Amino acid sequence: MSASSTAKAPAFVATTKAGRVTDFVDARVGGSGILREFGRKVFPDHWSFMFGEVALYSFVILLLSGTFLTFFFDPSMAHTNYDGSYVPLKGVEMSVAYSSSLDISFDVRGGLFMRQVHHWSALLFVASIAVHMLRVFFTGAFRKPREMNWVVGGVLLILAMAAGFTGYSLPDDLLSGNGLRIIDGVMKSIPVIGTYASFFFFGGEFPGYAVIGRLYMLHILLVPALILLMIVLHLFMVVVHKHTQYPGPGRNDGNVVGYPLGPVYAAKAGGFFFIVFGVIALMAAFFTINPIWNYGPYDPSPVSAGTQPDWYIGFVDGALRLMPGVIGDFHFEYVIFGYTLSLNVLLPALVPAGILFTVMFMYPWIESWITKDNREHHVLDRPRNAPTRTAIGVAGFVWYCVMWAAAGSDLIATHFYVSLNDVTYWLRALFFIGPIIAFIVAKRVALALQRKDREIALHGRETGRIVRLPHGEFIEVHAPLDEYKRYKLVGFESPAPLPAVPNDHGIVTRKEKQRAFLSKWFFEDRVAPATPAELEAAHGHHAHPAVEAAEESKSLSH
Amino acid sequence: MKALSQKRRHPLAAIALLLMGLLVTGGLYAVATTVNEAKASTTSYSANDTAEGEKLFEANCATCHGMGASGTQDGPSLVGVGAAAVDFQVGTGRMPMQMNGPQAYKKPAQFNDQQTHQLSAYVASLGAGPAIPEEGLLDGQGDAAVGGELFRVNCAMCHNAAAAGGALTRGKFAPALADVSEKHIYEAMVTGPQNMPVFSDANVSPEGKRDIITFLKQIESNGSPGGADLGALGPVSEGLFVWVAGLGVIIAFTIWLTSRTS
Amino acid sequence: MGNHSDGSPNHSGTVATAGQNEVEKFQDPGLPPHRLRLADTDPKAAKRAERQVALLFGTSVVGTLIFLVAYFAIDLGEGAGIATIRLQNALLGVGTAFAMLGIGTGIVHWAKALMPDHEVSEERHAIRTEDDRQAAVRIVDDIVDETGIKRRPLIRNTLLGAVALAPLPALAIFGDLGPRPDRKLAHTMWAPVDGQLKRLTRDPDGTPIRASDVTLGSAFHVIPEGLNDLHEGKLNEKAKAVVLLMRLDPASLNPSEGREDWGYNGIVAYSKICTHVGCPVALYEQQTHHLLCPCHQSTFDLTQECKVIFGPASRPLPQLPIAVDDEGYLVATSDFKEPVGPSYWERDEHERIINS
Repeated sequence: MSASSTAKAPAFVATTKAGRVTDFVDARVGGSGILREFGRKVFPDHWSFMFGEVALYSFVILLLSGTFLTFFFDPSMAHTNYDGSYVPLKGVEMSVAYSSSLDISFDVRGGLFMRQVHHWSALLFVASIAVHMLRVFFTGAFRKPREMNWVVGGVLLILAMAAGFTGYSLPDDLLSGNGLRIIDGVMKSIPVIGTYASFFFFGGEFPGYAVIGRLYMLHILLVPALILLMIVLHLFMVVVHKHTQYPGPGRNDGNVVGYPLGPVYAAKAGGFFFIVFGVIALMAAFFTINPIWNYGPYDPSPVSAGTQPDWYIGFVDGALRLMPGVIGDFHFEYVIFGYTLSLNVLLPALVPAGILFTVMFMYPWIESWITKDNREHHVLDRPRNAPTRTAIGVAGFVWYCVMWAAAGSDLIATHFYVSLNDVTYWLRALFFIGPIIAFIVAKRVALALQRKDREIALHGRETGRIVRLPHGEFIEVHAPLDEYKRYKLVGFESPAPLPAVPNDHGIVTRKEKQRAFLSKWFFEDRVAPATPAELEAAHGHHAHPAVEAAEESKSLSH
Repeated sequence: MKALSQKRRHPLAAIALLLMGLLVTGGLYAVATTVNEAKASTTSYSANDTAEGEKLFEANCATCHGMGASGTQDGPSLVGVGAAAVDFQVGTGRMPMQMNGPQAYKKPAQFNDQQTHQLSAYVASLGAGPAIPEEGLLDGQGDAAVGGELFRVNCAMCHNAAAAGGALTRGKFAPALADVSEKHIYEAMVTGPQNMPVFSDANVSPEGKRDIITFLKQIESNGSPGGADLGALGPVSEGLFVWVAGLGVIIAFTIWLTSRTS
Repeated sequence: MGNHSDGSPNHSGTVATAGQNEVEKFQDPGLPPHRLRLADTDPKAAKRAERQVALLFGTSVVGTLIFLVAYFAIDLGEGAGIATIRLQNALLGVGTAFAMLGIGTGIVHWAKALMPDHEVSEERHAIRTEDDRQAAVRIVDDIVDETGIKRRPLIRNTLLGAVALAPLPALAIFGDLGPRPDRKLAHTMWAPVDGQLKRLTRDPDGTPIRASDVTLGSAFHVIPEGLNDLHEGKLNEKAKAVVLLMRLDPASLNPSEGREDWGYNGIVAYSKICTHVGCPVALYEQQTHHLLCPCHQSTFDLTQECKVIFGPASRPLPQLPIAVDDEGYLVATSDFKEPVGPSYWERDEHERIINS
């Protein structure tokens, strides 16, 4: 607004006190414009859209509870003798960091509660990011124009894991100390620079006196700052893109259907913050998390059965467990040119995580290369309507879960009364065949669900009511769908494989052939949405409108 | 700290501890009776005990352990294992073994106190071995902090830092130690049942064992200050809980939040 | 299977074939008609919802009060036990949960039951219009042109060089994060000092161990003599020096050549630090003579000089050569003959130096 136009308009004078304050601020920051832009912005409503919010709110709770904890925590590794009120550790030699963590738990009112709130919300933070990303993947929300936001989300996942791991190590108890010991071992396995990396990280030999202080700085400053930065980027892009929506009547790539920000969506989203906080508070009230007093101070000699990382690092730990160090007479640790290379540590620590994150980050581009789909997508795919993508996602998830389960192999053994070694052997096999089985099963399930949808769209919903017709035939009554419900089942795209096409020089390149092959693999099994003609045919044939026979055999031809 | 130890010396606290023990032990044997038994059995065995024990042994144990407990292919020789080993194995129901397997499972004891006492007497008569511990070592009045340190160095790697148990190789496991009587804990340390190493008095002194028992009983009666301990199994059960219960409740709320009101 | 057949030949081909022409699709019927809620039509229902919302906010107030009472009324001072802490923790949590859930569910219920629930449709706009793109390109061109960077490659190249080099000090300044590793990992405290052999002592109290103390089937957790007297770097030394001492039937040990005198009467000592990633391999099964690492389940067989028989470790545990001194105490006759713990790049080099 230019100066001249404000001069012409009659000056606005606020009548109430609150109004005067608001007007004062607004005139200086231009809040009205922002409100005009965002106040009624539309957000689609679906339960599966809330996980990003859960993550954001967990992060806010982490900041709040974490700030409280910093006031009492002392990240020093100097030796001290415990003199707090927990009897079974009285007089035990330990680090100041561990001692102050115990003081937070036993001698600071509400300290234990805040510790438990902090740790539970950390677990929930990473879990909700993971579920959010699964939702985005399986609904195809990563497609253009949201590829970059998918990458930012992936970076946030890694940062959340980093935040969690640095925090897990801070209390300097036996559990976290053995965790650091494993990190030390993995670092040392890095070729050429490994030993230096370890000495630089720990400030000398393991465990040294420096690492807790360094992790503390990373945990309370660097990593949260990066997370905050990424959240800002993430939300900025959400605003630019507007939210995606599930397919349905009235929804298309050109609009967004939902509730306006003010008041309904803001109330729901704002209220949800308190709900997430309340749920975390309930967990912290009644369920112990990370009982550091059980583990005792870190000492390189003892170890506890069931030494595991928090869940989000579990898959790496599981991969470390699954890797055999020796197969037959072949040792995965060998000496090359007089130097030691321990592939038995290096491979499982880097390769599965590397593959998972690389494929995850690249997936939007991989899929759009195969499908040659460069259009913007704002309407989501129901997972069943993209069977191959769904199958890829399930295969990856199962692969992750196999490694995840391996991290708890000892607990699986004790709780299901099986042999620890057998659990490992089975999981080693599943590491390779699990994803393949998962892919096949998930794809068939998705196709089957699509055919069920088709069935319902054409013949209506089974009512469970069996009637006998005058000539003696028994049939089940089917209730036809209304057009809105039907559109939900038929309103999707079902792309066909794209054969290889020659380039400008009239040559079908090798790469294009590969793409065509993948495209065939992606789309050859597909179930087309029902068409009006089919519906007409399905209805027209029957003597009894709205009464359809239930059984129908269909074969899936390629 | 000071406060807690004062409280422990309070007579009512001792009763509370005893009641707690009674509650958790359950089954056929109450802690009080076994403790009394332990006191009695430290005295020498009568000839009658030994003779009765031999009869019981021949009827119930000799199939595997051989006549005269000299051992067969199915069971080791028991000469020199001592009364403590018998009292532990039979008293916790591990012997007679239900079936051959990686490890004998704890189950309701098959013999009553007197019979166990007689069996112990017989096996003790075959050769010198660790005796049933004296009552004074089982009173739980040692130093819990020292016991905790000893426990972490010598026991926690198998039994878990909170004594929740853990896995060994090929189907064997170290059991959880909650609900195990003081006497049986002591006997296990001195005899090294199954694959457990022996912690002789030269390794962990009798006072050290008393401290360990004190520590175990103290953390057991304390419970977890933070609420339910989720099995004290560490991050795995915590992760499982947050995924199943935590996210489950959150998802229930999101569904309610986004559903239409009727 | 069923009796159903609609006769249409295309119908059984629910699977469309590749290259099939675009078939007619169902038309989008548009947003479904709005359905009124109870509270929209029935003022009583609306009033009821209003009361429910107020009740939920009231619960929150109660929660806050519970928190404050639990915080101030429960004393963690003298005489407070674990049960008191547990009670306070539970009440603080319940208070917070009520306070938060009351507000949260109240607001959401208000939004769901009483605020308008008309779904609205908003147009999406192009994220970037062609107009904007062209304007932006013009601006960038102008800027680049005004800087003259294209015409003056000398400026561009020196700037690139300077910027590329400038971060180097920022990296170099971290050079003091840690000392050089040198051969620190190759040695432990077990090395005899001035010809004085180190005794094996009990962890944690540091009392020396007699050979006769180590009975068949027992396992001792061992630290070197003098470790507890260290102040600086005690844990660093302990992290390399911890040893597990066991006694087996001498007949079941099969020492390889050169190692025959590393044990004493069936008593052997092995490094407790796993050769995989360094967890303490402390689980000793006295009947199978297996050592198991609880972190990643590497299993070592004592009767085969701690060869790996299962799990991710690749190298046997290093053995500490031991003997008995004049007073009957166990001593280490030398340091480990190889670096202990997880492998590292220079490990083999260090092992060769130790044995030369």
